[in-house]
Amino acid sequence: MSPAEIIATLEKKFGDRIKAKRLDVPDAYVVIEPGDLLEVCRFLRDEPGLRFEILNCITGVDYLEPDPKKAPKAGFEPHLEVVYHLSSFTYPGQRFCLKLMLPRWKDNQPGQLPEVPSVASLWRTADWHEREVYDLCGIYFTGHPDLRRILLADDWEGHPLRKDYEFPLEYHGIRGR
Amino acid sequence: MGWLEGRFEENVITTTIEQAINWARESSMWPMTFGLACCAIEMMATGASRYDIDRFGAGAFRATPRQADLMIVAGTVNFKMASRVRRLYNQMPDPKFVIAMGACTCGGGPYYKYGYNVVKGVDLIVPVDVYVPGCPPRPEALLEGLMRIQDKVRGMKALTKGQPIDMPIPSRTGYVLLPPELSDPDPQKAVEKQNEFARRTKELATPAKA
Repeated sequence: MSPAEIIATLEKKFGDRIKAKRLDVPDAYVVIEPGDLLEVCRFLRDEPGLRFEILNCITGVDYLEPDPKKAPKAGFEPHLEVVYHLSSFTYPGQRFCLKLMLPRWKDNQPGQLPEVPSVASLWRTADWHEREVYDLCGIYFTGHPDLRRILLADDWEGHPLRKDYEFPLEYHGIRGR
Repeated sequence: MGWLEGRFEENVITTTIEQAINWARESSMWPMTFGLACCAIEMMATGASRYDIDRFGAGAFRATPRQADLMIVAGTVNFKMASRVRRLYNQMPDPKFVIAMGACTCGGGPYYKYGYNVVKGVDLIVPVDVYVPGCPPRPEALLEGLMRIQDKVRGMKALTKGQPIDMPIPSRTGYVLLPPELSDPDPQKAVEKQNEFARRTKELATPAKA
């Protein structure tokens, strides 16, 4: 199935719950709401003709221009994206891409991490990917079996790949810069 | 010893006990296998046949700190590793020496400005005897560093003058966060929990009698 046909299948099944789509890029993608994620993923995995058995990666992207002078020209509103890349074993070469748009903070309250349902129940490989996104980008995955930091120390503060992250000056008595 | 030398038959050598000990010590530095990043590849090359660190008596890489007396910190040390580096250093028997190999361990290197997770120099955690700069250093540079360590050993006067053989340890400690089942705000309860955990692991490790 070509990307256009995959998107057509999804639109037939989910209708206007597909918020946006784009085909003229190397990775054709659709944008969905976080609430629909589990349903759409289960459909993509189990539907005959799609059969996306493997989740290649989960990526967290922080869209923020920290420099206030450049911010008006940046071309985007501050937000977070989560990108899911899928592949199929049944149909080799068949790939697809899902995107979620999130606010940078839940309810616009700094410190409250935005929430996304975990897909670790569908693909086991999502377990560690989601832990990494949580660790570095600060996105909370609800329903994850064991959501801990995976790379940084357990008592680390903040999420370093956020654009407005402040470097620690000191960590347990070791100076940081 | 000038007046003593050459007064005996052949095959008799005069020396001091301190010189003899230092000579033995410098000729059998046992480094610890401690590769953290890309510098470790260069450390392995130094240990392999082309450069052959064994020519200087330092080829016996030990996998445990308790058998080693030279720690070659090869590679980037990050904050999560810092407490482990310090603990491994503490586990080494005296006298112990540290070579900081590479730009990262000397002072943060390429991660100095934007490395949020990198310790800016391993000398913030353990005392460093010799710095070997480079990114990564050539094997010859590491051999040079080893020879400087040997010079230092040769000059030690621990026996006659009571010089301290180790450098002062930095006051910053790495700190290990205990898991929630072992930690408690009340220190008394925390000790009880840890004792209980130790007893349980010992029980699990004891094979059941037939």
